[in-house]
Amino acid sequence: MTVQSGVPGVAQAPPQAQPRHRRAASLSEGARAERRLGWLLCAPAVIVMLAVTAYPIGYAVWLSLQRYDLRFPAAREFVGLANYATVLTSSLWWTALGVTVFITVVSVAVELVLGMGLAMIMRWALVGRGAVRTAILIPYGIVTVVAAYSWQYAWTPGTGYLANLLPSGGAPLTEQWPAIFIIIAAEIWKTTPFMALLLLAGLSLVPEELLKAARVDGASAWQRFTQVILPLMKPAILVALLFRTLDAFRIFDNIFILTAGANNTRSVSILGYDNLFTALNLGVGSTISVLVFVAVAIIAFVFVKGFGTAAPGQEVERR
Amino acid sequence: MSTRTTAKASWAVGNTIVVVAALVPVLWLASLSFKDPSTIADGSFIPTKWTLANYRGIFQTSLFTRALVNSIGIALIATVLAVAVGSMAAYAVARLRFPGKQVLVAVTLLIAMFPAISLVSPLFNLWRQLGLFDTWPGLIIPYLTFSLPLAIYTLSAFFREIPWELERAAQVDGATPLQAFLQVIAPLAAPGMVTTAILVFIFCWTDFVFAISLTSTSASQTVPAAIAFFSGASQFQTPIGSIAAAGVVITIPIILFVFFFQRRIVAGLTSGAVKG
Repeated sequence: MTVQSGVPGVAQAPPQAQPRHRRAASLSEGARAERRLGWLLCAPAVIVMLAVTAYPIGYAVWLSLQRYDLRFPAAREFVGLANYATVLTSSLWWTALGVTVFITVVSVAVELVLGMGLAMIMRWALVGRGAVRTAILIPYGIVTVVAAYSWQYAWTPGTGYLANLLPSGGAPLTEQWPAIFIIIAAEIWKTTPFMALLLLAGLSLVPEELLKAARVDGASAWQRFTQVILPLMKPAILVALLFRTLDAFRIFDNIFILTAGANNTRSVSILGYDNLFTALNLGVGSTISVLVFVAVAIIAFVFVKGFGTAAPGQEVERR
Repeated sequence: MSTRTTAKASWAVGNTIVVVAALVPVLWLASLSFKDPSTIADGSFIPTKWTLANYRGIFQTSLFTRALVNSIGIALIATVLAVAVGSMAAYAVARLRFPGKQVLVAVTLLIAMFPAISLVSPLFNLWRQLGLFDTWPGLIIPYLTFSLPLAIYTLSAFFREIPWELERAAQVDGATPLQAFLQVIAPLAAPGMVTTAILVFIFCWTDFVFAISLTSTSASQTVPAAIAFFSGASQFQTPIGSIAAAGVVITIPIILFVFFFQRRIVAGLTSGAVKG
């Protein structure tokens, strides 16, 4: 191939590259060079990632311990855990947390079922697999805000094709539970494709011969699904659930457009945003930021420890 | 033979349902964008009076065109940076042995799960103090951070598929590891890098939380943020037509990507997922 022509300047190559595979002493020098290069190559990524997450989250903890209202900057003072007491005794926080958990659980559960069906269509459909793949990538790639507007107008009385199917006088987006179910539907429409693709990756690891053998042994379709496919797909399912659960818990865009958090449809992310940008309260806003972070960390911990999701990172290492 | 036909027919029905479900909300928005203002509230799925006025309207005001320029510029710069920085780290993860690799992979994973809202209040305050609030770099930096995990996972999965021997051959011929990367691996890695670039671009293009929190004017507001704050001609009228038209315009690049790179997008998403 073009290896030769692709590597000019053979003569000027630094000396340590040459004897690397010949003697133990120089091999360790090569290993040291490799180690240095490894760190060097990772440094920019690590710096950017930590500078924009670790430092700000530390700063958020610091801000959360202060009374800091941008409308009254002079009143800024250290108040210890008072902001946490304020948030954790507020019914707004608990309502938002309840709404967020409800949306997360329902949408992820429905997505798992629909996503599994979609993955099977994409693997085994006799016709039109390509069309399905292409079609479902559009919900995946579309701007969530744009999709949310489509749903909002569809459910707006008078304007929308869906609202017009309802008995007249209904305005589902102005009532708590109907609005929450519309939010869930919008979330499911947007993110099921991602779930389906993650599951498809796991499904394609199930060997066709195994399924054929099970069929020969007289296993029904349902038995093949529960006893052959599901056990083999467990790691993929857990990874998909972990990613989608954390993602759903952060829900923001759909709610912001569909209801703006009116009628007790706020998620914890919307609540944090409102406290910061409507109330201009950096102290309480940061407290909510920290609490959301803690909640996400707990969910991740439960998945990794409780369900034995091989932390995907380790899997990378093994390959 | 007839069971095969029935099977085909039932698959076709299933496929049709999926395709319709995936496309109807997009078609509905497109329909709204072509509706004449007098018929926009008629609730009909297909416009009864077609017009291009909504599109002409949004391209006449700088509100939308500025936002479009911001969206394209910010997403492109963040994509280039993420692929460049991510490639270096992914190369190290896929090819080199060095202590701390486990930690790097774990940290990367943690950041992929980081709730964006947790950063909004500290970054809002920091950016105001550093003068980054409402600037392009103010958005590019967080986008870079959050697209790096995606970039590193996808790229390292692709890099692992590249045959080792070529790199070793280059090194035996006297190339340094860096030369081996730039001249042997990078061209072979190009397809993976294109895939990663598409995924990162889509991520930056669709972001909303950072876009509305860290910008305030047309200096850096991206389209998703701008359309969320579009206002109608009067306060009693929502600019449905304009929002729908703007939504269709920013959906076009996504549709083009999906049509031309469908296979790559699927491969990129799933390779990152199975291996990470």
